[in-house]
Amino acid sequence: MSSEAHALQAGGDVPEQNPLVGTLTRVAKYTGVRFVILILTVVVGVYLTILIANMGGYVDSIIRGQIRENIALVIQNDPNFKTLDPSVRAAWIAEQVTLEESRLGLDQPFVIRSFRFLFKAMVLDLGRAQLMTSDEGSREVRLIIQERLGPTLLIMGVANFILFFGSVFAALALSRKYGSFLDRLVIALSPSSSAPSWFYGIFLILIFAAVLRILPFNGMVDSPPPETKLGYTLSVLKHAILPVSAIVIANIFLGIYNWRTFFLVYSSEDYVDMAKAKGLSDRAIERRYILRPTLPTIITNFSLTLIALWTGSIILETVFIWPGLGRTYYTAIGLYDTAVIVGLTIIYAYMLVLTVFLLDFVYALVDPRVKIGAGSS
Amino acid sequence: MQSIKASLKDLLRYPSAVMGSLVLLGVIALAVYAIVSIPYDEALRLWRGGPDVWYMNPRNALPKWVNLFRSDQLPESIAILNTDESVDLETKETSAGFSDLTYTFHFDYPYDEFPQELAFFFTSEYVENEPFVSVYWTTPDGREFRIVDMGVSRQESYRFSQDERLTRRLGNNAARIALFQDPDSDPEDPVPLKGEYQVELKVLTFEENSTIDAEFVLHGEVYGLAGTDHRRRDLMVSLLWGAPIALAFGLVGAVGSSVSTIIIAAFGVWFGGVVDGIIQRITEVNLTLPFLSILIMVGTFYSKSLWVILGVTILLIIFGAAIKTYRAMFLQVKEAPYIEAAQAYGASDVRIVMRYLLPRLIPVLIPALILSVPTFVFLEATLAVLGLGDPVLPTWGKIIYDAWGNAAVYNGYYYWMLEPAILLTLTGIGFSLVGFSLDRIFNPKLRGL
Repeated sequence: MSSEAHALQAGGDVPEQNPLVGTLTRVAKYTGVRFVILILTVVVGVYLTILIANMGGYVDSIIRGQIRENIALVIQNDPNFKTLDPSVRAAWIAEQVTLEESRLGLDQPFVIRSFRFLFKAMVLDLGRAQLMTSDEGSREVRLIIQERLGPTLLIMGVANFILFFGSVFAALALSRKYGSFLDRLVIALSPSSSAPSWFYGIFLILIFAAVLRILPFNGMVDSPPPETKLGYTLSVLKHAILPVSAIVIANIFLGIYNWRTFFLVYSSEDYVDMAKAKGLSDRAIERRYILRPTLPTIITNFSLTLIALWTGSIILETVFIWPGLGRTYYTAIGLYDTAVIVGLTIIYAYMLVLTVFLLDFVYALVDPRVKIGAGSS
Repeated sequence: MQSIKASLKDLLRYPSAVMGSLVLLGVIALAVYAIVSIPYDEALRLWRGGPDVWYMNPRNALPKWVNLFRSDQLPESIAILNTDESVDLETKETSAGFSDLTYTFHFDYPYDEFPQELAFFFTSEYVENEPFVSVYWTTPDGREFRIVDMGVSRQESYRFSQDERLTRRLGNNAARIALFQDPDSDPEDPVPLKGEYQVELKVLTFEENSTIDAEFVLHGEVYGLAGTDHRRRDLMVSLLWGAPIALAFGLVGAVGSSVSTIIIAAFGVWFGGVVDGIIQRITEVNLTLPFLSILIMVGTFYSKSLWVILGVTILLIIFGAAIKTYRAMFLQVKEAPYIEAAQAYGASDVRIVMRYLLPRLIPVLIPALILSVPTFVFLEATLAVLGLGDPVLPTWGKIIYDAWGNAAVYNGYYYWMLEPAILLTLTGIGFSLVGFSLDRIFNPKLRGL
C-alpha cells in the first residue's frame, strides 16, 4: 500500500532554493493541474470498472434472462392467472418484463447507459442497487455502504491502528538496540508476512474456537443478540478479537522490520552522530533527528492505512462472515450487482486520489525543504 | 554474471538461506514426485472422480499415522474381492446350467473403534435370470447373523447401513456397531470384539455363462498418508499435485510480472516522451482500482481458469507500484557516462536497454522476484477460498476451500485443513527466507542492518 502512494506522488517534493516570487500563483497553478489530472485518472479508472463490471454489456442479457424467468415464475404460481387465456398471459408477461427492464434502465443501449452511469458515479450519485438491499430493506447503494461501513471500520480500524503505531514504536525501540535478541527475532519472523491475514485467521479459528472453545467461530454478534447495549458491545468486541488478531499477526513483523530498516538508515546520518556526540538524550535524538526527517514517509503510510480501511478485507470478512464492506463487495460481484460494485470502487478511488492530493500540502507543512509545485512539474 | 555466481555462493553463508533452500528443495522434490508418480490425466481423473472412482474409501478418514499417537486404534479400510486368494470357495453339485458357490471372506479386526460403513459391490453377467446371493456374518466368538438375501442385477451395491430390515433384525442397532460389538461390553459404550471375522457369500446362478464378481468393503476411520475428504477422495493426490501447480503459478507469476515490469520501465525511461507518458498514465489509472476486486470480477464474469487469472494478475501487477520505483532507478542509470559512450559508438536503442540499462537493476530484481513468489502462491489459495479456484486442477487452495466449505474445523477434521495449509506455509517460508537473504547479499546497504 505504502509504495502505491509514493508511486502516485508524481513530483513535488523536490527541494529547490527558488526565491518566493509569485508563490501563490505557482501553488494555484500546480494545484489546478494536479487536480485535473487526478480527476481524469479517476474517470478513466471508474469507466474501466463499469466496463468490467458489465462485461462490456453482457451482464445485461443475464439480468434480462433473470427478469423474464422471475416474472414467468410468479405468474405461473399465481392462481388468478390460471384461468387466463395463454396468449393474454404471454402478453401480460411481456408487459411486466418491459416494465421491469425500464425500471432497471435496461431499455437503453449499454454505451449510453455506461456514460450516464459514469457521470452519476463521478458526482457521487450512487443510485440504487439491482438486487442487494441493506438490512433495513433499502435499495439505495449509499445506505447499503453506510450500513456496512461501521463493521469494517471496527475491525480494520482497530487492527490498522495497532499495526501502525505498534510497528513504528517497536521499530524505534529496536533500532536503538539493534543486534539484540529481540531484534534478530523480529528479523527471523518477518517472512511470516508472506501469508495473508485470512490464512492466520483460519489457524486462529482452529485454535481458539474449535479446540479451546473460548472465542466464537465467526459472525459479528451472538445469536440472538444481547438486549442491553453493554451486552451487545461486549459481544461484538468478543467477535472482533480473532479477525483483528489475524490482521495484526499477518502484518506486524514485516511492518516492524521495514520501519526498523528505515529508521536505521536515517540514524546512520552524520547529523545523528553529531547529536549523539553532543550528548543529547535518546528521546531528543529520536524526536528531532530521526522522526522529523522521516515524518513525510510516516504520514504517507498512515494516510494510506486510512484508505485501506475502506475496501476492507474481502477475504478476511468472508472467512469470518463479518458483515462489512469487503463481504458486500464480494456478494455484489456474485450477484452481478453493478451499481454496488461501482459505488464501492468509486469511493475507494476518490479516497486514494484525495489523499494523494492532500499529501502534497501536508508534506509542505511538515517538511520545510518541500515547496509545492517547485521542481519537475 | 560472475558476480551473480559469487553472490549465490554467498547465500550459503546465511543459515536462513540454507534452511529456505532445503525447504524449497523439499517442495520441488514433492512436485517432481507428483508428476512422475501420477500422470497429469490420471491426477485429473482421480481429483474429479466421483463415487465410481473412490467407492472403496471411507469418507473424511484421518491419515493412517494418527494411530501411532492413539491408544485406541482406529480401523483401517479393508477391501476383499471374491477372486482373492484369501477367500475360500466351496462349489456344490447342481443340475446343468445352475451353480451354487459359497465364498468365505476372512479378515482380522484388531481395532478399538467401529468401522464407518460396510458394503458389498457386485457386478454380474447374465442374460435373463439374475444371480441370487445370501450373506452371513460370523463373529470371532462364533455368533452368526443373517445379513441379506437378494437378487443381483448387473451393477449392484449393497450398503449394510441402508438396509432397514437388517437394522431391525439387529434390534434397531446400526449394523456397523451391532455386528462388531463385544456382547460383554456395556451397551451404552460398546466396544468392538477383536479377532477374525468371517463373511459368507452364497451365490446361486441360473444360467450357463452367468458369473458374479463381489467385493467386500469395510470403510475404516483412517486412510493412507493424508486421509480422505467428503467425497472419499484420497487427499494425497491433490496434496501432491498441488505442489507443481503452486510452484508453476508462483514462479510464472513472479518471473512474468517482475521481468516484464522492469523491461517496460526501462523502455519507458529510454524512449521517454509519449511512451513514458502512456506507461505512467496506465499505471496511475490502475493504481486507483482495487486489485483483488478486479481479479474477483474477472474470475466471476469471465473465466475461472487458473492461467487466465494468472495472466490478468500479471497485467495488473506490471502496471503497479513497482514500475514507478524501477523508473526512478533507471532515470539515474540513464545519465551514467557509459550509456553516453554506448550511444557514441552507435549502439541501437534495443541494445542499450537490454545490455546496458537492464543489467544494472538485476541485483534489485532478483530478490524482489523471489520474494514475490509466495504472494502468488497465496493468491491462488485466496482466490480458491473465495470460490474462484480453477474448476479442473487440484490445488492446495481448493482443498482448503473444500475443508472450509464443509466445516472441517467445526467438525474436528483438522487434518483436512492443516495438511494443505502446512504445505502452503512451507512453500511461502522457503521462498521468503531465500529472498530476504538474497536481498541482503545484493543490497550491501542492508547487510549491516
